[in-house]
Amino acid sequence: MHLMYFTEQPMAAWDPESAALDEIPIGGGRTQRVTALLHSNKNFDPVAASRLYNERLDEYQYVEEVGFDGIMLNEHHTAPFCMSPRINLFAVLLARLTKRVKIVLLGNPLPIWDSPVHLAEELSIIDMISGGRLVSGFVRGGGVENIQANANPLFNRERFEEAHDLVIKAWTEPGPFRWEGKHYQFRVVNPWATPLQKPHPRIWIPGVASKETVIWAAEHRYPYIGLNTNFDVSQKIKELYVGAARGVGYEPGPENFGQLLQCHVAETEEKAERNARQFMWMAGEFTGLAHPVWGSPTGYGSRSNRKALIEIAGGRRPMVKPPALNQRRLEHTFVWGTPDSVIKQLKHVLENNRVGILALWGNDGNINHEDSMSCIKLLGKEVVPAIRDYAKELGLKDPMEANAPVSLRETAADELVPVQA
Amino acid sequence: MTTTAASTASSGLWNLQTVAVCGGEISLLKGGTGEPLMVLPRDNGHPPRHEFLDLLAADFSVYYPWLPGFYGGAPEAWEWLANVRDLAVVQRQLIVELGLERLALVGLGFGGWVAAEMATMGQGRLDSLVLVAPMGIQPRRDYIIDQFLISTESYARAGFADEAGFDAVYGSEPGFEQLESWETDREMTSRVAWKPYMYNPSLPRLLGGVTTPALVVWGDSDRVVPLECAELYRSAVPNATLEVFQHCGHAVDLEQPAALAAKVASFIRGAHRS
Repeated sequence: MHLMYFTEQPMAAWDPESAALDEIPIGGGRTQRVTALLHSNKNFDPVAASRLYNERLDEYQYVEEVGFDGIMLNEHHTAPFCMSPRINLFAVLLARLTKRVKIVLLGNPLPIWDSPVHLAEELSIIDMISGGRLVSGFVRGGGVENIQANANPLFNRERFEEAHDLVIKAWTEPGPFRWEGKHYQFRVVNPWATPLQKPHPRIWIPGVASKETVIWAAEHRYPYIGLNTNFDVSQKIKELYVGAARGVGYEPGPENFGQLLQCHVAETEEKAERNARQFMWMAGEFTGLAHPVWGSPTGYGSRSNRKALIEIAGGRRPMVKPPALNQRRLEHTFVWGTPDSVIKQLKHVLENNRVGILALWGNDGNINHEDSMSCIKLLGKEVVPAIRDYAKELGLKDPMEANAPVSLRETAADELVPVQA
Repeated sequence: MTTTAASTASSGLWNLQTVAVCGGEISLLKGGTGEPLMVLPRDNGHPPRHEFLDLLAADFSVYYPWLPGFYGGAPEAWEWLANVRDLAVVQRQLIVELGLERLALVGLGFGGWVAAEMATMGQGRLDSLVLVAPMGIQPRRDYIIDQFLISTESYARAGFADEAGFDAVYGSEPGFEQLESWETDREMTSRVAWKPYMYNPSLPRLLGGVTTPALVVWGDSDRVVPLECAELYRSAVPNATLEVFQHCGHAVDLEQPAALAAKVASFIRGAHRS
């Protein structure tokens, strides 16, 4: 079992009342309060952010000290809920500031990169400085991420797949070589920085159950990490993944699956619940409130979901509201409490989801540094050892323990026996 | 195909036909009698009611195609289109396939940009050119409205100086079919005009070679393409005159159909006599 710590790195000094200024029309007579893209950065406070960035680094170092296996990082743009617009910056800092933990990037949004070769170089440097501790996840990026980078959402999936192929080739095949793709062209690919890990760092794919991405991950033999997915959704992910994996010839196990959960621990139930409310700081939305047209721009979403997207974007159907706090607890996407109570809840999650990778989203919103450190301490010293032991009992191995190949491409051909459903 | 097209076609005034071009198919409405005139639609397609077209059909043989890949055709057959000049080449081939030796070309908004690009590729068949608030030239002081940040309905509404005009054409709350058609249109617009958004940096220079008599029309209250672009177009096209309609937005043909149809007809007649 790989146990890692996560936080969105919220701009905790942000005043939620400032969002009230940005009510914009979305059609059908409705308006939307926004906390992303057009929510002005005049509400960003660099003095507070200077303190917060350094507190985060202290927290991450403490995460390693108390016994986690990894630190999960992500990135978002133009919104207060995440202060990390460049995942690789914190990754390279942690490569030097930590000694043991995996640095798990979930992940770099490939389509917004105009130079995947540059990305391949940066990731290689992180891997080398960290002594081979990089896990390099990739994502498509949300609508807001693509719009702010001026990456055409219509080509999001094509750019994701082509950038991925180019990064892998830059990592695994000697240069110089030439790349003439649909979205990327390079006269010379010959990076003088290649990964320390061979054949290349592990790649894990996080997501919220986009069917195409689950199948793509399975067909590449990359573990899929469900982001705050409930039991039903996790089960659907598993079924899709298993079908696609069998189709290309391997039988997936717990090492192919991961789960991110919101998980806050405190000395008392009362304090834990008080801080748990901070996870609802953006009206319950943890990826920022956006105009539906930005959240799912034309061409970005799956065609199978087109009718709903059109109605939501046109203001004819309300946006899907994120679940309320108690709903999250009932659905086991958010566990909080004292260490004993959290251990009990997490065991239940593991019994159901049988994942080999577990990410615990410990802190969010305006939870202060002191409480964040306390949560990390209780998680690391009490929860992590208990869950690690329980995962052993359940036979839940992570990809490293299972010695799984890093990809389908790196799987011996004679081990693959495709089975059509 | 939209019910709009079907019902308009079934009225007897308009006939729907399909023409094979560049490996795909383009649908168009044909109506009226007289000298041939082609109208290219905006990037949000054919409106459900189009009095401007009916008025033109009293004087001309009007050809009103759907832009390739936009709603009403088969978008998947046009996924190879990469930019607005590609669209213009397809439209020129459509004219050849239709066997039109001479014609007047009228472009509305985005269709005006396509028409302008077509003219820069050769004017052999073009007797006259009418550009109604076309995109295509980068404004210097302001910006062309970014449709990708607002809903498709908000974008269509921005085409009117007075949104009561929108309600009259589309209804106060357009139904799903209309939203879906706008979504399909937006997908194609995204494909060909995402970046740079809604202009071709080379176009002003290329237009310098267009000697076809041209009329540039603009609404004084255009919220989609800034009025400053009217003068940029007029000065870029050597034989262009400019007509600014008062109390009018971007969709001049929908807000002031009779005035625009009269202006277009008299301009084309004048151009053909000269």
